[in-house]
Amino acid sequence: MKVAFNDLHKAFESRIRLGIMSALAVNEALDFNALKEFLEVTDGNLATHLRALEKEGFIAVRKSFIGRIPNTQYAVTKEGNKAFQAHLKMLERIIKAQQ
Amino acid sequence: MKSPQDISRDIDQIRSIMERSTKFPSLAGWAGVMAGSYALAGAAAAHFLFGFRPEQDPARIGPDADLGSIGLTAAAVLLLSVLTAVLLTKRKADRQGESMWNTASRQLLSHMAVPLVTGGVLIVILHMYGLTGLAVPLTLIFYGLALFSAGRFTFREIRIMGVLQLLLGLIASVQLEYSLILWGSGFGLLHILYGALMYHRYDR
Repeated sequence: MKVAFNDLHKAFESRIRLGIMSALAVNEALDFNALKEFLEVTDGNLATHLRALEKEGFIAVRKSFIGRIPNTQYAVTKEGNKAFQAHLKMLERIIKAQQ
Repeated sequence: MKSPQDISRDIDQIRSIMERSTKFPSLAGWAGVMAGSYALAGAAAAHFLFGFRPEQDPARIGPDADLGSIGLTAAAVLLLSVLTAVLLTKRKADRQGESMWNTASRQLLSHMAVPLVTGGVLIVILHMYGLTGLAVPLTLIFYGLALFSAGRFTFREIRIMGVLQLLLGLIASVQLEYSLILWGSGFGLLHILYGALMYHRYDR
């Protein structure tokens, strides 16, 4: 069986973006620092990837203040969840086709 | 285009991040053993020194019970257990290169806090009605509920301990005369057993 590798969503090509989606898929919402801790990336790098996912409409951003410190929460959108699940299914099919 | 190796690396990473972002793996087994020992010592002190004898007067906790000292003993056991757990867990987290204060540990604490605070308030209320003896089974029951909900955020085995604690609590509320022995079995022996098992399984 041949599986079209091109069906894998472009947005998930980067391992960091895939990591962001994985963490958000199992948490209601996470802030910037929590994501940074799980993914072990620099601020700038993480911000770039978060912006890309936001532009796709896969994650929602909510800015607020805790006391005087700005806090940004990220959560997966319905669309993002759908795309992520489809991506996982595709990875699964590719692995199965290989065996 | 991705190679199969790339894809299986992707999958490994997805799994690891999902685990790490929801589970708190640093609870130290030794903390359980120590907490159990404090609890046994506390229960013995309450019984032999401060007249905690529910078998003589189930609703209050013994005809000559020194409530103040028993309360202080309970507070000391609780404080020592929490301190030991925090210290040992911090040490284990440092060794694993994890931080002790992360999303998963915050979730763990907030999910435990709801049943624990509810139970604590209820015990104070029952004490005001003169039903002090019920405090003993209720600590077991609410602690068991707290452990059960903690299971989503750390080792799953903790749920089994939770269910056992609340079963002991239910038995103790029917058999108030034996409540202190059952309390010692739950907070003392079960903790020691669980802690030793977790140490054996994860910490060595």
